Amino acid sequence: MKHTITVLVENEFGVLSRVSGLFSGRGFNIESLSVAPTLDESISRMTIVTSGDDRILEQVTKQLNKLIDTIKVIDFTGEGEPYVERELILIKVTAEEGTRAEVMRIADIFRANVIDVTPRSYTLEIMGSPDKIAAVIELLKPIGIKELVRTGPLALGRGAKGWR
Amino acid sequence: MKMTGSQILLACLEQEGIDTVFGYPGGTVINIYDDLMKSDKIRHILPRHEQAGVHAADGYARATGKVGVAIATSGPGATNTVTGIATAYMDSIPMVVICGQVPTALIGNDAFQEADMIGITRPITKHNYLVRDVKDLARILKQAFYIARTGRPGPVLVDLPKDVQTASTIFEYPDSVDLRGYKPNYSGNARQVAKAIKMILAAKKPVIYVGGGATLSNADKELITFAETIQAPLTTTLMGMASFPKRHPLSLGMLGMHGTYYANMAVTSADLLIAIGARFDDRVTGKISTFAPDAKIIHIDIDPTSIKKNVRVDLPIVGDLKDVLLKMLKQLKEVPDEVETMVVQTTAWRAEVDAMKLSHPMTYTPSKSVIKPQFVIEKLRELTDDDVIVTTEVGQHQMWTAQFFDFTQPRTFLTSGGLGTMGYGLPAALGAQAAFPDRQVIDISGDGSFQMNSQELATLVQNRLPVKIVILNNNFLGMVRQWQQLFFDKRYSQTCLESPIDFVKLADAYGATGFTTSKPEEVEMIIKKAFATPGPVIIEFKISREENVMPMVPAGAGINEMVLAS
Ligand SMILES: Cc1cc2nc3c(=O)[nH]c(=O)nc-3n(C[C@H](O)[C@H](O)[C@H](O)COP(=O)(O)OP(=O)(O)OC[C@H]3O[C@@H](n4cnc5c(N)ncnc54)[C@H](O)[C@@H]3O)c2cc1C
Ligand SMILES: Cc1ncc(C[n+]2csc(CCOP(=O)(O)OP(=O)(O)O)c2C)c(N)n1
Ligand SMILES: [Mg+2]
Repeated sequence: MKHTITVLVENEFGVLSRVSGLFSGRGFNIESLSVAPTLDESISRMTIVTSGDDRILEQVTKQLNKLIDTIKVIDFTGEGEPYVERELILIKVTAEEGTRAEVMRIADIFRANVIDVTPRSYTLEIMGSPDKIAAVIELLKPIGIKELVRTGPLALGRGAKGWR
Repeated sequence: MKMTGSQILLACLEQEGIDTVFGYPGGTVINIYDDLMKSDKIRHILPRHEQAGVHAADGYARATGKVGVAIATSGPGATNTVTGIATAYMDSIPMVVICGQVPTALIGNDAFQEADMIGITRPITKHNYLVRDVKDLARILKQAFYIARTGRPGPVLVDLPKDVQTASTIFEYPDSVDLRGYKPNYSGNARQVAKAIKMILAAKKPVIYVGGGATLSNADKELITFAETIQAPLTTTLMGMASFPKRHPLSLGMLGMHGTYYANMAVTSADLLIAIGARFDDRVTGKISTFAPDAKIIHIDIDPTSIKKNVRVDLPIVGDLKDVLLKMLKQLKEVPDEVETMVVQTTAWRAEVDAMKLSHPMTYTPSKSVIKPQFVIEKLRELTDDDVIVTTEVGQHQMWTAQFFDFTQPRTFLTSGGLGTMGYGLPAALGAQAAFPDRQVIDISGDGSFQMNSQELATLVQNRLPVKIVILNNNFLGMVRQWQQLFFDKRYSQTCLESPIDFVKLADAYGATGFTTSKPEEVEMIIKKAFATPGPVIIEFKISREENVMPMVPAGAGINEMVLAS
């Protein structure tokens, strides 16, 4: 099962390899990982998407907690915490005579921005939930995706309260 | 006053109350060694290999309960520490390892004698640090000692570039540590404890299963009181062995692969298993599906990752053992009548267990013609005091020691359980002897393992450390040979150590003393002679070559499917 996990860590060098080492050391794949400092620059926030058997993931979360540099771990999926998830992707799509209008139509529907244009391509910027991202990719595939890059999902708990 | 990094390091060690360090010099730690000459508070012991230095620091830590300290130079010196660090990590031993590193400006350049120790030791340390600014050094060392010693203990590595050692700053040792990501929980949850008491009072067939955590928590006294209060049979792991006297009427000895018949059968029939600072290692559980099949499991451990890792747990209690045991004892004291009832309702169970002890004792077939290793262990026990410190290497001799040496005091049995490191015992004995110059320290060794760190004879002689080394010589890598005999149709591939060694001459070459015999009737006499000889001594016993460690749970089998004799 897919799990979305947030890890708040000391913003120090080497932390990323400690966290990723916990996954790779157990033969676990990290599907996506995004990391950047928080408002408090001494803390970095990671959002990790991974999948695996619940029992093993419980062990991984405990191990993450055990790292000296880890301040907090939230397994949104495991704990059943309500949360919102958003991802940003940039897609370079083939846009020639016959398809330009179709690409623009899809861009419109998904509220994408066109951020680069050439006579043969459009580059779109799209932000949304994992479902929305998956849907737009499906629609653009037949037209021709030359390249795409995604941030991986970011997650934040719902409600008024912060992680502390 | 401004001090250099290397001076700060030594000042920090003094502040931590470190009196002995084990280390080996080289280019990137030469400044530290220069300053060390001026320190009269810190004794430095020079092993003959960095791996041995780390094992010595480990032996020192296990024997004393203090943090062991080892030093190595960058590159090959540092990589030589890896096996020692992994050994300490697997057995949760508090240790700080200081490694020299190339100057910060050269890091990552494949500089001379550079090795990425932070990367290499990440999975085998509790934490590690690369110090990049001398201003951080005192804080980092304070944290390193704190992390090594608290919670579930473990080794911490500090990588110290040469330019940080020579740079200067004002020295100030912090009074306290504040790590927002590291706050070990010592206090067991009172509600969980109350639930545990309920389960205990309802049990008809309880078994206590004790691991190395009892020693790490210094909770041996509380443990004995607890077992006696509820009158439950108690088995230990290899690591928990010395924390409960084997001759105690409630003792079942060791469980697991080479454990006693009655310990394994008791666990198999139990209706309640109280796991205390033990981590359900696969050597202990055998096939998981048949491990303690009828038992509810209470698991007390300071490290949440130990809980539910391998087995299901009905009641977890996270906390320090001493704290939890004291809370349990307090609650039990409040209900004397119910405890009384529980003790009565478990009478039949104790009788059942005692009957198994009588019907299937831990034995061997004695011999008048060849020396039986088990006989040597029994003789050694007879001729030593209760506070003797025994270390072992890894193999059959280690298991015979666990099975036949009757330990009675905590921190008297030092052995590599988790990693199973051949070559551990001799340097660990060295470290223990350095900590306790007046106690008797014995390394029980195999002919194979001994050769993995035999160079430490020189260190023993140089430092007048009178360790007695007993080599149970079967001219085999015996433990592997046993597996080949039982599971590979006696195909002894690369386990026969051809070209026998003259251990007496070897001892002599180092300036130690050696004795040898192959006659059972001489065993006692030689042990007495060796114990009366000052300084380090090798005592070689040429033992029956194809003796096996029995009983044994074959790999993949349940612990109730033990093979009793081969
Ligand atoms: C050849 C060979 C054969 C072996 N055969 C056997 C065998 O037959 N039987 C056997 O038992 N072992 C055997 N071993 C050893 C085995 O591999 C493991 O090392 C051992 O079983 C682990 O012991 P343990 O569970 O006590 O864990 P340890 O490694 O001692 O772990 C200690 C536990 O206590 C916890 N702890 C630490 N401090 C505290 C505290 N203050 N409060 C509470 N909890 C704390 C830790 O978190 C950890 O979970 C063998 C080893 C070798 C090399
Ligand atoms: C460093 C290391 N290498 C290999 C092993 C695998 N191994 C386990 S026991 C053993 C044999 C040990 O032989 P010896 O020291 O003579 O002890 P014996 O079993 O004969 O008593 C070996 C090779 C190990 N545990 N450690
Ligand atoms: Mg041998």
